[in-house]
Amino acid sequence: MSGLQSVLYCGVCTYPIEYCEFSGKLKRCKKWLLDNHPDIYPKYYSNDSKDDELPAVDSSIGVEREEKLEKSLKKLELKEENKEKRELEKKLSSKIIIKRESRTKRKSIVVISGLEILEIDMKKLAKTFASKFATGCAVSKNAEKKDDIVIQGDVLDQMDSYIHGLLEQHGLKNVKVEIIDNSKKKKAEAPKPTK
Amino acid sequence: MFKKFTKEDIHSRSKVKSSVQRTLKSKLVAQFPPLEEVIDELIPKKSQIELIKCEDKIQLYTVDGEVYFFQKFDELIPSLKFVHKFPKAFPTVQVDRGAIKFVLSGANIMCPGLTSPGAALPEAPGYEKDSIVVINAENKEHSLAIGKLLMSTEDIKSINKGHGIEMIHHLGDPLWNFSIE
Repeated sequence: MSGLQSVLYCGVCTYPIEYCEFSGKLKRCKKWLLDNHPDIYPKYYSNDSKDDELPAVDSSIGVEREEKLEKSLKKLELKEENKEKRELEKKLSSKIIIKRESRTKRKSIVVISGLEILEIDMKKLAKTFASKFATGCAVSKNAEKKDDIVIQGDVLDQMDSYIHGLLEQHGLKNVKVEIIDNSKKKKAEAPKPTK
Repeated sequence: MFKKFTKEDIHSRSKVKSSVQRTLKSKLVAQFPPLEEVIDELIPKKSQIELIKCEDKIQLYTVDGEVYFFQKFDELIPSLKFVHKFPKAFPTVQVDRGAIKFVLSGANIMCPGLTSPGAALPEAPGYEKDSIVVINAENKEHSLAIGKLLMSTEDIKSINKGHGIEMIHHLGDPLWNFSIE
């Protein structure tokens, strides 16, 4: 690679690391840098500095303005932190609903809603389900205009365990998973349960 | 331009023919002549450029899954990732430290932010109105935004009032965070 530069981007805020101070996530950015690239950390931040201290710069905009800037950056950081907290709470208070609905005769479908908190591509997830359970699987919009995943066939139990595993992977173990079985009645009437 | 931009704004995705890829490359070089020495490294002959057509007639070009440049009407505009790789190919202006915050939240750049002691503008004759410039910041190594000059750099120096650069693309905007899949 001759004339090309490669730039190190922060793993937390995705900016080039010298702009971390403006991202409002400085604390975590610093931690990330220290964990992942301890060799270049001292270049940007002095070693003994406090967590929320901004990197030292010799700036031309005057002490007064610099102070103002610093203040507003701190404010931004606080705002960002609160926002994240709120989002996390919202995430934890939401729940995933797995629902079985009956179709004709012994057939049923499974509808999963509330998956958007995982922040993964629904279409891809649907594809994985389709190949995992060897059935048809699609993403559809529900009444609240949120994405639902609809799976053909009765895979309720497998789905339950799979979702729990998925949640654990994303560090959202406390999210509730609710299972609604709308076809139970019919199942009880039938002499042999479908499987 | 990319204040709001999500996956839903994508209309179509298609692979670009190698002949079209060649013309694209030559067009890039014509627009930014210093790119010539590295263009084959940035966009290798074998690589596959993808064209993503979006809302408002914006077209993105990606190489290996990363947006390298985009187009609205005729002019090709490099993305920041592309600029970071080879910054010296592009016309550059510098803003002072006080402006960074506003630039990163997507504001147009005002003239005083370009003429204060911490900022830098090119020597005369400078750049023409409507040309694409890369925006750097005081004490920073990498660029943080890309914009379009609303007046020539000489005018910015002499008038020193009002909007100087129209924001097109900055760090942390939806295009910056955009990734295919």
